[in-house]
Amino acid sequence: MPSPTDPIRRASRTGAQATDPQTAHPQTTARTAGADMHTNRRDFLKASAAAAAATAAGLTVSGDLAAQAATGEQGWQWDKGVCRFCGTGCGIMIATHDGRVVATKGDPEAPVNRGLNCIKGYFNAKILYGADRLTQPLLRKKNGKFDKRGAFEPVSWDEAFDEMAVQFKRHYTEKGPHGVAVFGSGQYTIQEGYAASKLMKAGFRSNNIDPNARHCMASAVGAFIQTFGIDEPAGNYEDMEHTDLVLLWGANMAEMHPILWSRITDRRLTADHVRIVNLTTYRNRCSDLADSEIIFKPQTDLAIMNYLLREIIERDAVNWPFVSKHCVFATGARYTGYGLGQVDKGFPAERDILRKEIKKKLSEDEAIALGLGADDDRLVEMVHRTTPKAHWLIEFETFKQGVAPYTLDFVAQLAKGDPDEPLEAFKAKLVALADLVCEPSRRMVSYWTMGFNQHQRGVWVNEQAYALHLLLGKQSQPGSGAFSLTGQPSACGTAREVGTFCHRLPADMVVANPKHRAKCETLWKLPGKTLNPKVGAHTVKMLRDLEAGSIGFLWCQVANLFHDSANADHWYAAARDMDNFIVVSDVYPTVSGRVADLILPAAMIHEKWGAYGNAERRTQHWRQQTAPPGDAIGDVWHTMEFAKRFTLAECWKAHAVPGLKADGFPQDGLPDVLAEAKKMGYRPEQTLYEVLFANDFIKQYKWPDPIAQGHANHVVEKMGVGFFPEKGLWEEYRQFGMGNGHDLADFDTYHRVRGLRWPVIDGKETPWRFNEAYDPYVPKGAGFAFYGKALKQIPTGDLLGVTDPTKRDIGPRAKIFFRPYMEPVEMPDSAYPFWLCTGRVLEHWHTGTMTRRVPELHRAVPSAEIFMHPDDAQRAGLKRGDLAWVESRRGKVRARIQTNGRNRMPKGMIFVPFFDEDVLINKVTLDATDPISKETDFKKCAVKVYPA
Amino acid sequence: MTEGINRRALFLKLARGAAGAVVGGSVWAAWVRKGQAAAVTVLRPPGALAEAQFQAACIKCGQCVTACPYAVLRLGDLHGDVPVGTPTFTPRDAPCELCPDLPCVVACPTGALAADLKTPEAARMGVAVLDGHSCLAFNGLRCEACYRACPLIDDALTLRYRHQGRTGVHAFFEPVVNPDTCTGCGQCERACPTDVASIKVFPPGLTQGVLGAHYRLGWTHDAPVTQRFEQGPAPAPVDTGQAAPGLDYLNAGGRP
Repeated sequence: MPSPTDPIRRASRTGAQATDPQTAHPQTTARTAGADMHTNRRDFLKASAAAAAATAAGLTVSGDLAAQAATGEQGWQWDKGVCRFCGTGCGIMIATHDGRVVATKGDPEAPVNRGLNCIKGYFNAKILYGADRLTQPLLRKKNGKFDKRGAFEPVSWDEAFDEMAVQFKRHYTEKGPHGVAVFGSGQYTIQEGYAASKLMKAGFRSNNIDPNARHCMASAVGAFIQTFGIDEPAGNYEDMEHTDLVLLWGANMAEMHPILWSRITDRRLTADHVRIVNLTTYRNRCSDLADSEIIFKPQTDLAIMNYLLREIIERDAVNWPFVSKHCVFATGARYTGYGLGQVDKGFPAERDILRKEIKKKLSEDEAIALGLGADDDRLVEMVHRTTPKAHWLIEFETFKQGVAPYTLDFVAQLAKGDPDEPLEAFKAKLVALADLVCEPSRRMVSYWTMGFNQHQRGVWVNEQAYALHLLLGKQSQPGSGAFSLTGQPSACGTAREVGTFCHRLPADMVVANPKHRAKCETLWKLPGKTLNPKVGAHTVKMLRDLEAGSIGFLWCQVANLFHDSANADHWYAAARDMDNFIVVSDVYPTVSGRVADLILPAAMIHEKWGAYGNAERRTQHWRQQTAPPGDAIGDVWHTMEFAKRFTLAECWKAHAVPGLKADGFPQDGLPDVLAEAKKMGYRPEQTLYEVLFANDFIKQYKWPDPIAQGHANHVVEKMGVGFFPEKGLWEEYRQFGMGNGHDLADFDTYHRVRGLRWPVIDGKETPWRFNEAYDPYVPKGAGFAFYGKALKQIPTGDLLGVTDPTKRDIGPRAKIFFRPYMEPVEMPDSAYPFWLCTGRVLEHWHTGTMTRRVPELHRAVPSAEIFMHPDDAQRAGLKRGDLAWVESRRGKVRARIQTNGRNRMPKGMIFVPFFDEDVLINKVTLDATDPISKETDFKKCAVKVYPA
Repeated sequence: MTEGINRRALFLKLARGAAGAVVGGSVWAAWVRKGQAAAVTVLRPPGALAEAQFQAACIKCGQCVTACPYAVLRLGDLHGDVPVGTPTFTPRDAPCELCPDLPCVVACPTGALAADLKTPEAARMGVAVLDGHSCLAFNGLRCEACYRACPLIDDALTLRYRHQGRTGVHAFFEPVVNPDTCTGCGQCERACPTDVASIKVFPPGLTQGVLGAHYRLGWTHDAPVTQRFEQGPAPAPVDTGQAAPGLDYLNAGGRP
């Protein structure tokens, strides 16, 4: 098909090892059966024909130009890689020359993006070469030695790690394993996350490791586990080409998942019957294409969902054959609080909100939404604050009773988010949405990201999305399914699958489960009871513990904790004023670096071996393309090198862990496991490095390795070892998932393909899980099986609580949850009259650490603005371009007003992106979290805006 | 930036005559002559008269430059194509911010920046022109930085969605300029991430064509059949004293 003169195609052929046509598209339609096979094949043929036509129509470059380009590109070497930015997981090709990345391109063989990129992906080659790249360890010093009040000075790696070890040991000895913490990332490579998690959990016996993914998709995880018993989406991106209806729930895919939005757009353009509904709290770029735009008030997505669930029942659209065979009904605790901190730690202005964590007066709307009677007390205690996860089986009739109050009239008046929109127009949109949803033959996908996940009832609203799809039987099939998109490149691959959370272990196992701990202890070759059964500090708790002084050592890896955490003034004070030691591993100076005591220079993506897992369960590996600059070294080395400074005797002795309570463990403590370790052949003076990383299993993977095909490994070079840590760690890690629904292929396979979607069985990926036609884990004849094992034995009850505590096993069924609407804890009032929402823009990635070093991206969007309705601005005495303060009970920032532009706010709401370190909007945001997932709600708090 | 400010300060002094006496009138006149020869692609502040009238009306006082709160405007100097002492801006470096209160227009003492410009959206400093060959979006990448940077998003710059045959499953998101509403502020030109901007602003009229006055695009003008037709004036009588048109050809003799 492609012209031989097309330089793009020719260039990809020079990376021959990665573009073998036999292995490039291994199983795109591999495990299809029955009617769906026809669909797939037809769509595939259609796409192929279109591609051929496009080529014929002259979308190629002329021979002269190609020849010209090739002359300048002599000596360039191409290899496959992955884009560094969002969770889409676009494949790229990387060109190196003279030890530098000189160019990248979208990988035409990559199934996700087929050669395209977005504006951030376009700059993959430039993110490495910002002028202020960190190349040496930096330590705060005064008079030649470490001083918390000192200024940063360059130091050697030895001095850096020596001081770090002294500080770690001081706090570890004083405060125990939960007095130290690691803040990780969904941008860790899989091996980095696995190594950090292993060091913390198996080595230091601390569960205080939690990723920035906590801020990103913890609510999605909570709902997956509660609904399906297993994490991550059932479907995949091909749903976009099969579906007839796309529902966007607080997901600005046009900017945040640009390449996926391009696929949805194409589906809409090429099939007239397809409809797109953009449910959002303000007008974003998705509305430009959407058939319907529904602007709702923050948090009322819970009510809109219940209206739809009610309509499905009222209209008799329930897919009973599916529901009765594969689902059960459930509900759970309702007065679960808001994940807020302690009142006495709050600034005076924030205490009125903090008090609601304990007790609050329900509003009229809430009373209706919760089905309360006129005599019920409206002043309620948040009695389920410590048990928010509790849930139980209910009858269908109880479910029906739960959604009964969510009539069109009630929901429309509650949810209408644009004061200028007539109520009847809003109602008509809701009815039209219900019409579309209830069409039995209309395949339907729901997409969401932070709008649902960063939500004070994030798990609930995620569960409602599954309820919507399950009740209709529109789940786990091509073109139908509820799909939680991820924001980060390896939120799935690393944070979730490896389990770099304070409660998780690899492959969906959890620290609180003795069987899971035992399995990990076996695979990690640890003495029994080495692993700590007490759940560690989640991200927000880590910061609060830092403020309280109970955490004294904090190591931030591959993320920018102090820029991206809400209510930030508290944490700046905690980091700088308390007796603690903060380490930041990063590639550029960041806000976190500014409040740190030690900064360790790290390697960037194309400078190291690694792997990421995207939102559709696709695992993608890459090789090192070029060496990191100066003394910068990959994070996997930071972790392993630090481990050399600790002996088993220091770490596997008895420790105090206040609050630890588990069968077979001493109260408030971890037992000494050194005697047991000795029996296993370990010696007390062995280092954690020897036991956890340079062990016999990992060392069997030798370096050099033919799979490298000449590519270097700077970690191996630095360590001077003869083994291949990234490969050994991978092979050890993948044992956790084998045979339990999380199967991954061997290391070398991933270097021959463009990623594989797990479970990978007999070399074949699984496009749709839980569906017999595609998923070998579903027994023959079952049709569907929601076979996840977690939380499948639950009691029975009614809307208010458990009535029969006997636990019933629901087997391979999914739960259809009823979850009520409840208001957010802080809402606009006369003092703080505006909703504030924060988020991203297409041009910048998260806190701008990389994208703000790319001059072109910086020029495109140089600073964060306050998006505001022009009438609101005028009333506040402001106009476009004016400087204004945005102030909440917690803090304030200054930025310019934007009344036009990409986001159009309804009256009463503003949006301020968070990428800009000169507009630290997280000083203003509220650190309320979902009580189940502990994920911060960055999308709603109350502020005032006034001229600066 | 510092250089820009310094240079601006220098020319402000020149324009106000403080330094004019020092450098001497003949030199000044030479600068002005040099300036008048150039200026085809020079962008002017909001409300500027057509180039010839603008040059005639502008007294090079620099007050618009002083009034510009974003330091976007500068005065032409000896280097470059901008007539010396007249105001301009370079969108790639600093585009016009379309201040709602138009301080530069208000400051102009002569009407070279026409005071009848009431809103910045009505300004026509130029028109953005897009090079689809180098534009990332026209190549199928998801960029559209210009579109999102446009102060008149979805009006002066819109997106045209098209199926993308090359991948079969993606779409093109092509930015399209509407010259009728484009102000020429140049926010798009600054935002463009390609090495040389793929969208650039040129002065009004330089790059635009003009459709024939005798034709209307069928879908752009509502043209119902007129129900009560009014006859026009009768044709003027023909002067039969003159030779009938065409006779010279018809009577040329011989064979065609």
